Amino acid sequence: MLHVPTAAADPVVVEDLVVRYGDLVAVDRVSFTAAAGAVTAVLGPNGAGKTSTIEVCEGYRTATSGRVSVLGLDPHRDQAKLSQRMGVMLQEGGVSPSARASDVVRLYCDLYGKGVVPADLLESVGLTDRARTAYRRLSGGEKQRLSLALALAARPDVAFLDEPTSGVDITGRQAIRGIIRALAAEGCAVVLATHELDEAEKLADRVVIFDHGRLVADGSLDDLRRGHDEIRFRSSVDLDREELGAALGHHVRAVFGEPGSYVIDGDASLVAPLTAWLADHGAPVTDLRAGQQRLEDVFLRLTGGTAADGTS
Amino acid sequence: MNTLRAQTRHEVSTTLRNSEQLLLTLIIPVMLLVFFSLVDVLPTGTKDPVDFLAPGILALAVMSSAMVSLGIGTGFERTYKVLKRLGATPLGRGRLVAAKIIAVIAVELVQFAVLIPVAYALGWRPSSPNWLGALGGVIVGTIAFAGIGLSLAGRLRGEINLAAQNGLYLVLLLLGGMVIPFTKLPGPISAVAKALPSGALADVLRETLAHGGVRPGTSWAILIAWAVVAPAAATRLFRWE
Repeated sequence: MLHVPTAAADPVVVEDLVVRYGDLVAVDRVSFTAAAGAVTAVLGPNGAGKTSTIEVCEGYRTATSGRVSVLGLDPHRDQAKLSQRMGVMLQEGGVSPSARASDVVRLYCDLYGKGVVPADLLESVGLTDRARTAYRRLSGGEKQRLSLALALAARPDVAFLDEPTSGVDITGRQAIRGIIRALAAEGCAVVLATHELDEAEKLADRVVIFDHGRLVADGSLDDLRRGHDEIRFRSSVDLDREELGAALGHHVRAVFGEPGSYVIDGDASLVAPLTAWLADHGAPVTDLRAGQQRLEDVFLRLTGGTAADGTS
Repeated sequence: MNTLRAQTRHEVSTTLRNSEQLLLTLIIPVMLLVFFSLVDVLPTGTKDPVDFLAPGILALAVMSSAMVSLGIGTGFERTYKVLKRLGATPLGRGRLVAAKIIAVIAVELVQFAVLIPVAYALGWRPSSPNWLGALGGVIVGTIAFAGIGLSLAGRLRGEINLAAQNGLYLVLLLLGGMVIPFTKLPGPISAVAKALPSGALADVLRETLAHGGVRPGTSWAILIAWAVVAPAAATRLFRWE
């Protein structure tokens, strides 16, 4: 696990957070920080403790133990103060089905009182022509963009977005990512919870990976991929993996369901001894590829999912 | 703009635009008043049915806006996480509740502005009405009914809350001394009916409007008791999500 030291000045500081519901430990001694002007993705499978963590940061829940500071405030005790500078996007809902988009946006602009002009805000999330439409008649992507607009009405210094692109089509996702990037570019500390790797990979400057309530990785995408180099190649079906592994000093795995495909956890320095060994043993080699694992592989390995591609 | 004003404006415009709620708060009371005033089939015991019905229907109007309309609206807002989302704004719970109360009062003003002239048109001539006393009854009644509506809304799931509010509305309408006099109810039921806030408010309004007095009687005591107990229960029962 990579560990980035916590900086007291970061807008979001979570230290040794524990959240328990009765006997269930939803969040187990989690620590991480989120920086201003950056997108921090809290990534993990459903039920990993992401929403519980975010809700403690928003002030909705209290921590069982540990310390959470958002903009230097205690989110639960100082929620009134924090709410003036915090943008929130719930995982779902938050708006009456019958409420018109323009009315809700106007209400939130007024509630935050930051001088955001409702029409401009609708424009910035691309909902100008849906202004008079009731929330229930909006598409999944439009609902999410409206919900995002309500967070933007706060002109937030910190924003917690829970699954902002769930149920949204590709075009809608691009629009939402653009808005989130712009928000971070203005200096806001954006924390987004997602179970979709693709979102984290496309948006995040920093990824915090949760599994079963624990933090299993924390770092930039490059940090997380580094040290997870691998070499893939194809050769004869009856390759002696034991002997090759012994020669290279690295375990050689066969890719399940793809006879003749192999993976070695190691970097490009193994390519020369590998090809030499294969040549000496008269084994063919094709499709040789050395590089970093995809984030998906890192994620699946860390969260105890089935190993990438089902290698054995 | 301050947050209370913003939320109040939103609440009032949402309520007045909601056609289901208007049916409940305005159209049904007007229909009941007009129909049973013209078709003299209820055992009102007064010479002209409107004399009995007008104060009863005003009490019904208070119950429909303060309890049912507020309760159903708030219940769905809870289900759809509207309240949760508002909880993360600078509004605060106190001002949210205040905005809802002001919205209920606004709807009641519209109800009275319609119902009182309609009752007059139907021949209602209260001999020496004590309007101030009646206003007091309406305020205490509003607090009592809002407490009941929010107690249900704060605990029950959306659809179940909807059914419970409507069911309670019907039961209180029939037992509440609003359109049916207590004397026509069987003894034990009548005793229960008089202890309900609906019956107490109808009785208080009838007393203050028809007889001009603020009889410091049982009905006032019952209504005030509900106005204390129901909001206290709502505070304890209410779950914001």
